[in-house]
Amino acid sequence: MKPFLEVKNLSVSFPTQDGLVKASNDISFTVARGETLAIVGESGSGKSVTSLAVMGLHNRNAADISGEAILNLETGPIDTISASPEVVRKLRGKSMAMIFQDPMSALHPYYSIGDQIAEAWGLYNKGSKSDGIKRAVEMLDLVGIPEAAKRVKEFPHQFSGGMRQRVMIAMALVNNPSLLIADEPTTALDVTVQSQILKLLKDMQQEFNMAVILITHDLGVVAEVADRACVMYAGKIVEQSAIDDIYYTPDHPYTIGLLNSIPRVDQLEGKRLLAIPGQPPSLISLPRGCAFRGRCTFSRLVPNNRCATEVPNLDEKIKGHFSRCHLTEAQLTVARTSVGSRV
Amino acid sequence: MTEPILKLVGLKKHFESTSGGFFNKKKGVVKAVDGIDLEILPGQTVGLVGESGCGKTTAGRTVLKLYEPTEGQIIFQGEDITHLSRKRMKPLRAQMQMIFQDPFASLNPRQTVGTLIGATFDIQGITPPGGVKKEVERLMERVGLNPEHVNRYPHEFSGGQRQRIGVARAIALKPKLIVADEPVSALDVSIQAQVVNLLDDLQEEFGLSYLFVAHDLSVVQHISDRVIVMYLGKVMEEADKKDLFMSPRHPYTKALLSAVPVPDPIKGRKRERIILVGDLPSPMNPPAGCVFNTRCWKVQDKCRTEIPALQQIAPNHRLACHFPEPAA
Ligand SMILES: Nc1ncnc2c1ncn2[C@@H]1O[C@H](COP(=O)(O)OP(=O)(O)OP(=O)(O)O)[C@@H](O)[C@H]1O
Ligand SMILES: Nc1ncnc2c1ncn2[C@@H]1O[C@H](COP(=O)(O)OP(=O)(O)OP(=O)(O)O)[C@@H](O)[C@H]1O
Ligand code: SF4
Ligand code: SF4
Ligand SMILES: [Mg+2]
Ligand SMILES: [Mg+2]
Repeated sequence: MKPFLEVKNLSVSFPTQDGLVKASNDISFTVARGETLAIVGESGSGKSVTSLAVMGLHNRNAADISGEAILNLETGPIDTISASPEVVRKLRGKSMAMIFQDPMSALHPYYSIGDQIAEAWGLYNKGSKSDGIKRAVEMLDLVGIPEAAKRVKEFPHQFSGGMRQRVMIAMALVNNPSLLIADEPTTALDVTVQSQILKLLKDMQQEFNMAVILITHDLGVVAEVADRACVMYAGKIVEQSAIDDIYYTPDHPYTIGLLNSIPRVDQLEGKRLLAIPGQPPSLISLPRGCAFRGRCTFSRLVPNNRCATEVPNLDEKIKGHFSRCHLTEAQLTVARTSVGSRV
Repeated sequence: MTEPILKLVGLKKHFESTSGGFFNKKKGVVKAVDGIDLEILPGQTVGLVGESGCGKTTAGRTVLKLYEPTEGQIIFQGEDITHLSRKRMKPLRAQMQMIFQDPFASLNPRQTVGTLIGATFDIQGITPPGGVKKEVERLMERVGLNPEHVNRYPHEFSGGQRQRIGVARAIALKPKLIVADEPVSALDVSIQAQVVNLLDDLQEEFGLSYLFVAHDLSVVQHISDRVIVMYLGKVMEEADKKDLFMSPRHPYTKALLSAVPVPDPIKGRKRERIILVGDLPSPMNPPAGCVFNTRCWKVQDKCRTEIPALQQIAPNHRLACHFPEPAA
């Protein structure tokens, strides 16, 4: 059976006064139902732009989009990039739903929580307003809002950050979507609330057998909830594989650098962190060759200055483990240990 | 015994606030910081952790007397500065500095980096040996900025570089104590380590003491010698780093630690997690008795009526709980 979502060679760029912003560049991945794919990368690496393209939420006059994002529905496949806006609109909510990075901007301040969930429900269900509100109460209950029947009448500003995030989840799940894209669903929350929300997402995924894309910059969160991960850097996927391989045998110098640079509560030695020098490049004037080149400590191992002249392909170095780097697997093994492996 | 750089005794900062509708305005008091005791030794880092709104920023700002304390004492290098006037505080300001969370909001966008860093000397009326310009360039170099960029404006720098500008300003006058309020929270993961390392190096070089305020336990764990855990304005537990992370005794500390995700999938799957119910209560209306009782999984009747006192349970380990966890 085909995975529910197949993204193929997806690129999104924005023409601006300063030049073309290549925000998302030749992205390919798949997500099956019941599976969680994490997209991880630092600010501006193209995580949100990629997922908004899948959802058909970019303004097509402002964004150049190419490639495919195919939803394999029971009724047959639909490509959300080439399908008409009306078709894509009908897919949102039921076939695919999204939890946005900032819950406050995604919730309407002047409508009650209940009205907003009921409206989302009404898009796919025939029923009276009170049926909708009844369904809203059920959903709020499901996501753990205490006294749901009372709080359904309240407004977003009367909810705490963690509760608003739950409301977003309730709204996204009200029509049992097949695919859920959660964009930094816990970044604004405290850790104790974060672990509640992550648990809730996991439970909901099991209950509805959803395909989940979790977008985050937190490698700790990825380790805890994802089955597979894509690491993005400067608009491209630089590494993709099953979760354990990303952590125990990372195959890209950027991933290796990231893992070495984060302090961990489970390691108390307090040794100096191994920081990645420099900063990410501008998406308007990407360096020639590999985008990570200016910050990479291993480019000298690659002969003929290829890092500066040749864009590395996303190669399957080991079965199911892709990385975009000119280093050979043998050199990468050295790279991993030379900076102190985490295993 | 070495004398602490900073000593706080029962420090409190309460804010008056009004809430409620237009007609039934209620006057209330937010007990943002409700009794902190702590000592920071020279060259030491004390980490202050806790969830949003527990009073970390307020504590940091009150220490520097950016807020007037409501109660308690602030003793800086043996001198009680709790009620010092603005004028008498001024010479001390050079010795206690602050680094802010938001490297975007804390720098005046219309001033060049040179002016921003140089202003620190003007405010104190100090001329460094060799002149301000030379010293600014030296400082830029020290924090890893290119001195040739002295005439650039904050927006021309990345987040990490802007935080370095903040660090350069804070160390310009060779302070003894720096209060760093979430200095890396706004930075990308790959940049955080650069700034953490810089703070580490500067501490070694100048024997600085830090009060390091953050909600990220991993960063706090890395940088601190001692750690204080706050909840709703109160200290729940305080201990040397190793004790606190290896053998947390307060239920809240334990829950907090267990909630931090670790970037290690196999360990993560095996880890026992304590999932707290509910959200942080409003600081306007904190629970009676133990402030943690609405979310604590060990709560008993006594917790709802009696405030647990912060008690010494071992040398260098203090705790406020009626039913602490056993030592690990
Ligand atoms: N409408 C737009 N016009 C021009 N540039 C854009 C537009 N939307 C996004 N970008 C740029 O595309 C790049 C990728 O943005 P994106 O929002 O996908 O980043 P992200 O990985 O989600 O980052 P974050 O972690 O900060 O959310 C950024 O440099 C951003 O400035
Ligand atoms: N100037 C003020 N006037 C009134 N209340 C305030 C003021 N400053 C802070 N508070 C309140 O005091 C409490 C503690 O706030 P504080 O900013 O110290 O928390 P924090 O621990 O730094 O949180 P965060 O992690 O979100 O930065 C909060 O309830 C806050 O709303
Ligand atoms: S291609 Fe070269 S510069 Fe890029 S990550 Fe690999 S070694 Fe480093
Ligand atoms: S005093 Fe009671 S409620 Fe408070 S932390 Fe201890 S056991 Fe929990
Ligand atoms: Mg984003
Ligand atoms: Mg704060």
